[in-house]
Amino acid sequence: MKLDSKVPEGNLKDKWTNYKDSINLVNPANKRNIDIIVVGTGLAGGSASATLAELGYNVKAFCYQDSPRRAHSIAAQGGINAAKNYQGDGDSTYRLFYDTVKGGDYRSREANVFRLAEVSTNIIDQCVAQGVPFARDYGGLLDNRSFGGVLVSRTFYAKGQTGQQLLLGAYSAMNRQIARGKIKMNNRHEMLDIVIVDGKARGIIARNLVTGEIERHSAHAVVIASGGYGNVYFLSTNAMGSNATAAWKAHKKGAHFANPCYTQIHPTCIPRSGDYQSKLTLMSESLRNDGRIWVPKNKKDVDALRNGTIRAVDISEADRDYYLERRYPAFGNLVPRDVASRAAKERCDAGFGVNQTGEAVFLDFSAAIERYGKEQALLKGLDSNNKDKVKELGTEIVRSKYGNLFQMYEKIVDENPYQTPMMIYPAVHYTMGGIWVDYNLMTSVDGLYAIGEANFSDHGANRLGASALMQGLADGYFVLPYTIGDYLSNDIRTGPISTSSKEFDVAEKEVVERIEKLINNKGSNTVDHYHKKLGKIMWDKCGMARTEKGLKDAMSEIKKLREDFWENVSIPGNSSEMNKELEKAGRVADFLELGELFAKDALERNESCGGHFREEYATLEGEAERDDKDFSYVSAWEYKGEPADAILHKEELSFENIEVKVRSYK
Amino acid sequence: MNLNLKIWRQKDANDKGKIVEYPIANVSEHMSFLEMLDVLNEELIEKGDEPVAFDHDCREGICGMCSLYINGEAHGPDRGVTTCQLHMRKFKDGDTIFIEPFRATALPVVKDLVVDRSAMDRIQQAGGFVSVNTSGNTQDANAIPIAKENADKAFDAATCIGCGACIATCKNSSAMLYVSAKVSQFSLLPQGQVEAKERVKNMVNKMDEEGFGNCTNTGACEVECPKGISLENISRMNREFLAANFSSKK
Ligand SMILES: Cc1cc2nc3c(=O)[nH]c(=O)nc-3n(C[C@H](O)[C@H](O)[C@H](O)COP(=O)(O)OP(=O)(O)OC[C@H]3O[C@@H](n4cnc5c(N)ncnc54)[C@H](O)[C@@H]3O)c2cc1C
Ligand code: SF4
Ligand code: FES
Repeated sequence: MKLDSKVPEGNLKDKWTNYKDSINLVNPANKRNIDIIVVGTGLAGGSASATLAELGYNVKAFCYQDSPRRAHSIAAQGGINAAKNYQGDGDSTYRLFYDTVKGGDYRSREANVFRLAEVSTNIIDQCVAQGVPFARDYGGLLDNRSFGGVLVSRTFYAKGQTGQQLLLGAYSAMNRQIARGKIKMNNRHEMLDIVIVDGKARGIIARNLVTGEIERHSAHAVVIASGGYGNVYFLSTNAMGSNATAAWKAHKKGAHFANPCYTQIHPTCIPRSGDYQSKLTLMSESLRNDGRIWVPKNKKDVDALRNGTIRAVDISEADRDYYLERRYPAFGNLVPRDVASRAAKERCDAGFGVNQTGEAVFLDFSAAIERYGKEQALLKGLDSNNKDKVKELGTEIVRSKYGNLFQMYEKIVDENPYQTPMMIYPAVHYTMGGIWVDYNLMTSVDGLYAIGEANFSDHGANRLGASALMQGLADGYFVLPYTIGDYLSNDIRTGPISTSSKEFDVAEKEVVERIEKLINNKGSNTVDHYHKKLGKIMWDKCGMARTEKGLKDAMSEIKKLREDFWENVSIPGNSSEMNKELEKAGRVADFLELGELFAKDALERNESCGGHFREEYATLEGEAERDDKDFSYVSAWEYKGEPADAILHKEELSFENIEVKVRSYK
Repeated sequence: MNLNLKIWRQKDANDKGKIVEYPIANVSEHMSFLEMLDVLNEELIEKGDEPVAFDHDCREGICGMCSLYINGEAHGPDRGVTTCQLHMRKFKDGDTIFIEPFRATALPVVKDLVVDRSAMDRIQQAGGFVSVNTSGNTQDANAIPIAKENADKAFDAATCIGCGACIATCKNSSAMLYVSAKVSQFSLLPQGQVEAKERVKNMVNKMDEEGFGNCTNTGACEVECPKGISLENISRMNREFLAANFSSKK
């Protein structure tokens, strides 16, 4: 099958408007007869469910948590981008588009990104109307901050809880529709397969996580909004339950999986502390607005830090290496994430890591505290040379901006970050790769859509900070509701979809057999045993720096591990009850397949771009070396049984509205 | 450190349930409380026993999925944190730790330490929203300036994570703090004021209908709330509720 991105004709600026003007619509009376399944209630799924229900469709929504409000979008901290240009600093739709394409290392589809930038402003209007309490200035207007990889202030925020506030907005919009009976919410349900009838997605098989019952649900279209697959690394900033299962099942039923190797390793996370560690905690990128990143210049200071004979504050300014400011003077501490992460790894690999494990750098707020303190002292008519007063005033400002993050840090690390610099290290955070979709957000299966982090679109090989929330809400509130209508306009005479077809029988049988196999296996190793092993392979060989040999090893090691898993995994209890180990086992089984495809994709891409860094393709200064001649395409993988046998389809990328350049932040 | 855990085990909603004792050795003070339970569960599985079921997801204090009543306190002995943010450094070698589910009639146990909080969602469905369509045709976000003080207060109220600790802590199992947080958020914002009266009535009525108890102002909820939701919100809701009922009688 040939990949057709279905990008509309015409000027970039007019594509979306023209598209909306020319698509088929479904009249309100007919919408009442159409069902849509939405798997996931994060920003993408929540906003889509609410909007589709509002339009009149019958929505069946699913999440594995006990409430839609707990989807992992809730944990997003720093903010959401929008080209509002409220600050009058030169922002525009084109600039947001440009920054996103450049930030993604020229590996995304122009038309999608432009549309995203275009609808970004609606998002903010919409959320404010819903009662989302964004940060405001003293004049009562919305405040902004800056994120990495851009030179304007376009990030809207609600302290360090932006994702929470946006998700609660979408959740409230869902609640309004649940009350009207337009959304049927299925909490504590996990989708375990897609059902395809006559080539069209017509339903799902789900497990009720309380009773263990296997259920059939039908609809005229199915939307996957199940988030990212960062947990393939075991340790990541994702929630414990975040998984690839829904996306992977879609892949196995014919949806191509795009760019699995594009993973974002976030530069500022709390370093790991021991083997029992279950997850890693992000310290928002917004901290790089005010925090300066450094390691000591001299090895002797490194040793002294590790022995505990000195502390960070004992090291003089002259003996500190603010390596981002040194290497990238134009963007300094606000270089994009991939660049910042590799730079931290470079310093730590060179032996300058500041903690016991050698895997940590400092993120220091003392300069910001002093700067804000002096400003406040002046504003309040106090003595700006009084160090203690300045520190106190400055601390207050920093607290008001990042209070919850500092508290989070202190609770985990047991150190006061207002007084000593934070210690941070890169960790897996976001997956740019995902299910391939066309301009309509439809996958390569008819009637099967993918939105939010679950799809591959918009961010290319590296996502800019505060753009995932934007994309999730853009997809759900403003894009899918149009594109899905165009498709469903052909379904107004179809009538209800039966769940007693043989397609449902077969899909259900497969799900049940797989569960029974897991439960009856009675091997000798726990699920986490395998998940941790997989995570180690992924981090060591498919992490921040990849090599041909490492990737080949990863492929064969993951395959072996997968075989071992199916022989020797042990799951207690039975399948007809709440069984958290069984849930985990199903997810890990899918990660064990996805991981191998991931390595295969990374192996095939003989270049370095964004989050994908191949040691063989780097400049002498260690910067990534892209190969536009041979690799300016999206890799979309077709399932053929074993991950190693997947077939590559290429969607060539062309850039007509942007000049493709070497990405430089110097 | 070595600890003696006394954990509530209950097979399902119909089971009577009981406390079971589990000794655990070599717990690191840097572990989180839930990581300590992970270790216990791995040991149980290896022995062929059933692991302890508990809810959790984000493990960074924001999703509201984790719960647990630890030594008689919702989210354990530390203040301003959820169970997933509680660290073992708050305990000492040889401690006995009681671990029980959140308890309230309206929050029945599902299994072991997992409870059903869907009644809390139903209260939100009764009115916890602004009736605005997600059409994208709303007015510009800066069209109505909002005093920073109100925006900040609305934000503070809106940080409720819906964990249910306030309910579990309250001797009456009242959901007042939780409900008032949402009512306050909206009543402090111009966007929410249009339907303020209907909202407060509907949410309060739903709360009563779901079997949550009355508020007798003990203030225990505020103490245990991991997000520091203030009692001020309850007073604000009471005022709103009185005003709403007064105006509807007229
Ligand atoms: C700690 C952290 C901080 C972040 N900060 C920012 C930020 O400041 N700005 C920004 O732009 N982005 C940020 N991101 C990224 C952003 O939060 C995510 O990319 C985005 O929220 C994903 O939204 P989503 O709707 O696609 O998926 P999610 O919010 O992950 O939702 C997934 C949904 O799918 C459901 N689900 C999954 N699998 C199944 C299944 N098999 N069956 C049924 N249901 C299922 C889940 O229950 C859930 O409801 C952050 C991410 C993390 C981890
Ligand atoms: S008010 Fe506090 S304790 Fe109650 S549900 Fe909200 S966050 Fe939890
Ligand atoms: S697990 Fe999310 S708040 Fe504790």
